[in-house]
Amino acid sequence: MSDVIGEPLDRVDGRLKVCGKATFAAEHNLPRLCYASILYSRVPSGTIRAFDVRAAERAPGVLLILTPDNAPALPQGGRAGVNPPAGRVLSLLQDRQVYYHSQPIGVVIAESPEQAAVARSLVRVSYEAAGAQLDFVAAARASAYSPAESGLSHPHTARGDFPGAFANAEVRVEQTYSTPMEHHNPMEPHATVALWEADHLTVYDATQYVSGVQTTLSKVFGIAAQNIHVVSPYVGGGFGCKGSMWSHVALAAMAARKVARPVKVVLERTEMFGPVGGRPQTEQRVALGARRDGTLVALSHSVISHTSVFEDFTEPCTTPTRMLYACPNRQTEQKLVKLNVGTPTFQRAPGEATGTFALEVAMDELAVALDLDPVELRLRNYAEREPESERPWSSKSLRACYQDGMRRFGWAGRPPPRSLREGHEWIGWGMATATYPCNRRKAAASARYLKDGTALVQSGTQELGTGTYTVMTQVAAEALGLPPAAVTFQLGDSTLPAAPVSGGSCSVASVAPAVRAACEAARAELIARGTTLADSPLAGVPAADIDVADGWLVHRSQRGRRLRVATVVEQQAVAISGSAELERGAEKDQYAMHSFGAVFAEVRVDADLGRIRVPRIVASYGVGRLLNAKTGKSQLVGGIVMGVGMALLEESLLDRATGRFVNANLADYHVPVNADIGSIEVAVVPEEDRWVNSVGAKGIGEIGITGVAGALCNAVYHATGRRLRSLPLTPDKLLAAERT
Amino acid sequence: MQVFEFSKARDVAHAVQLGAQPGAHYLGGGTNLLDLMKGGVERPRSVIDISELPLALVEPLPDGGLRLGALVRNSDAANHPLVRSRYPLLSQAFLAGASPQLRNMATVGGNLLQRTRCGYFTDLSFERCNKRLPGSGCAARDGNNRMHAILGASEACVATNPSDMSVALLALDAVVQVRRRNGARSIPIGHFHRLPGTTPERDTQLQPGELIVSVDLPPPGFAQHCCYLKVRDRASYAFALVSAAVALSLASDEVREARIVLGGVAHKPWRALEAENSLRGTRLAPEDIQAAARLATHDARALSDNAFKIPLAQQVVARALATAAGVT
Repeated sequence: MSDVIGEPLDRVDGRLKVCGKATFAAEHNLPRLCYASILYSRVPSGTIRAFDVRAAERAPGVLLILTPDNAPALPQGGRAGVNPPAGRVLSLLQDRQVYYHSQPIGVVIAESPEQAAVARSLVRVSYEAAGAQLDFVAAARASAYSPAESGLSHPHTARGDFPGAFANAEVRVEQTYSTPMEHHNPMEPHATVALWEADHLTVYDATQYVSGVQTTLSKVFGIAAQNIHVVSPYVGGGFGCKGSMWSHVALAAMAARKVARPVKVVLERTEMFGPVGGRPQTEQRVALGARRDGTLVALSHSVISHTSVFEDFTEPCTTPTRMLYACPNRQTEQKLVKLNVGTPTFQRAPGEATGTFALEVAMDELAVALDLDPVELRLRNYAEREPESERPWSSKSLRACYQDGMRRFGWAGRPPPRSLREGHEWIGWGMATATYPCNRRKAAASARYLKDGTALVQSGTQELGTGTYTVMTQVAAEALGLPPAAVTFQLGDSTLPAAPVSGGSCSVASVAPAVRAACEAARAELIARGTTLADSPLAGVPAADIDVADGWLVHRSQRGRRLRVATVVEQQAVAISGSAELERGAEKDQYAMHSFGAVFAEVRVDADLGRIRVPRIVASYGVGRLLNAKTGKSQLVGGIVMGVGMALLEESLLDRATGRFVNANLADYHVPVNADIGSIEVAVVPEEDRWVNSVGAKGIGEIGITGVAGALCNAVYHATGRRLRSLPLTPDKLLAAERT
Repeated sequence: MQVFEFSKARDVAHAVQLGAQPGAHYLGGGTNLLDLMKGGVERPRSVIDISELPLALVEPLPDGGLRLGALVRNSDAANHPLVRSRYPLLSQAFLAGASPQLRNMATVGGNLLQRTRCGYFTDLSFERCNKRLPGSGCAARDGNNRMHAILGASEACVATNPSDMSVALLALDAVVQVRRRNGARSIPIGHFHRLPGTTPERDTQLQPGELIVSVDLPPPGFAQHCCYLKVRDRASYAFALVSAAVALSLASDEVREARIVLGGVAHKPWRALEAENSLRGTRLAPEDIQAAARLATHDARALSDNAFKIPLAQQVVARALATAAGVT
């Protein structure tokens, strides 16, 4: 076996990308292409009385203006495709109801994008406005409700006797933590190009889920899935907002059919705030009861998050609370409030990013109350089995992560809070635990040796910029016995073997085993053919004695007996190929499968000016086997950077009067810039896991963001002695804390 | 974006001739105007590209001052040896603004004309904005106003001026040189920007068609003791929550003259004259600094979300004074 897996192989698509030759969705320019601009509601709630499109229709270049007045009727009023995660409740011009500001209510199609935008500005819409709920806090007090159980999360769990144990606990901490609305803002906005050829629809889309878009469009339009082709070879970041199919995709297809030309729609940055999801606002009450020695005896986490008025989405913040620490008396609760905003959605580590913030800050508060080192507190409550199911872990290296992180950070000798100072700055150290489940879904792949000595491997997964092309090439190369340069991996196409959504950190865990199995099947076939070729030096050798490596079939003990892979393939009339479709088996009921990590952060706080800087973060993760040392660490570092943004900067500001976001652009919606980021050192502790999947790799897409906000918040406390409980940790909040 | 006429000015005379047409806008670096045009906030009938006019020089003036041509890029101004050595306050302010990429494009003249970052102004979806649509109301006054003014605001408008450069220019007594079709005039920087009053649609005293050709700095007086301090939400590429340009002229540790100008707090750079006066003759003892800091926000009034700016402004002034005096 070669050792291609794990090597820091350069991105196989890197050259194409830096040369501008990787074709993203918006770059598919077809003959006779025209452009759509989506018209959005300007009120947060009500009914559309009338559209006046006369001026817009006369504007130069306009081809069509679609409104509920002339939009084609869809099956089930446009709701036939509802089936999360891919299929959400969409706005497809089937009625005149308005549920939120920036809801799609029409489409303007013109010869150029500029003409479409100008014409859109000329459409006049009159509304019968209705009352809107835009105040999260008021709604949380007045109308929080328990959502129906969904696949995501049970709204309530309880074990033991939390109220009794908490009431009798020797030490208690009970606090409320809050996190704001956020928006994903990948570099590439959503974009779709739709083309009809007779009854066949081709969609070039920026999506995390090609087969989800195919299925959803099939249901939305009531046409067979095989008549829909979804293509998405490169995606410029998703973070969850491209995991569902939003209205613009179906509207582009609807428009293309009406004008009988291909239609392109590219969302503007401002359009990324509202109609394509975001992270919901949360208010989280955490109560911890402990013995004097730090043993948790009671743990409760109650969450209210917002959703839209037309679809439930729960930010499952309590998920980590249910599995992170051993505690006999535990209860968790998730409630929702309805606001007149677009439905929120999965945003990088939905639940874990927000939930670990509340839980890990509460744990820090408990450590302070107990005068105990925060790592020691966590070790005293280390869960040796999964607390909810009491199943053994498939693997868990959290102790090693704490130790590795402490050592590399230099945690030992941490002084008391508000005691380290340099010039005007307080210096503080904080830590938090990171965790994310090991999800896996059904995935299929195929592999075929080609006559030129290379191989073609395919799976309909997606490349979000994370390195999917690269790591799948590595997995395939190792299994096929070819150098990586001889393997072409194809993805992002609904005609390929189906793969799951690139979400929930499940792509590697789902697709890599399928790729490996398909390649191993092809290799077995290759060996079988190689031993039966006329004049083969391997004739009659048992398959078990033959290795395939670096493009050769080789006798394992008599290395001189060998045969080129290409030589075997050339002589075949029938292709040498393999395919596989795999999903998790019985092991899923026997083991609890999670990734863990520990995040250590240093902050410098100028308390007079409210300024927080993050000179260094050290994090250690137990994530099984890393398939590519370079892309893997980049992804973990990227998660931490996003965590810094969540902790210090990101907040979508909802206008209380109109329901429009006030900072719907990247100058005013702050994500970290280079100057905000100091040293970030990540390490992966050695971890073997034979149960998560055949390659032993846990997903790493999301764990990087978890724990970061908690660690930073705890570091700010350690620096200043002031406890902030509301994200983001902006200067105004720090100044207010300093003045109390 | 609306259709507009585009022309390139051959020289200054040609530019001001073209600029005299109604609805004309001059285009320098374009870092603000083009964004506003794309968003439909600015709808010029004609755009006059002045970027190739010979106005990109930094030249010493006969009186010992320095002339910054209107088309000098912010990066070039910030890093010019004469600006760095004689007007370090201005260099610091330039470098505190925007991002390196923007500073490489943005011009000195354009920086003076930056429009507010108030989200209710820059986004056409909001119907109420007196600055964009006179008479429509002010959505910020009872909306999200964390970034907004605590000084000099009016019922009609609570927007802030986003420039860092202008804050330092006010502390340095710069003069804006302007050309128009039939002449020229000099506008002291203190009179250049306006308070909103009942006409917030006008940011400056510049008349339609007038072209900024340079910003002139008087002979340097504060190079030894100055500080531009900016507090913002992220480390770069963010507008000021509060900033302060502070300049001191000291004679044997005694303050002869002080300049204190606040940014991010008003519709224009806000000179704190009372605070300045209170420091004259003092030796900048901590209580002198605290007193001046309090005076700087003497007339401040908070909106719903920005009360933190008042104590923050005091802290910023105090820190900047201490830093300028070298007593931190």
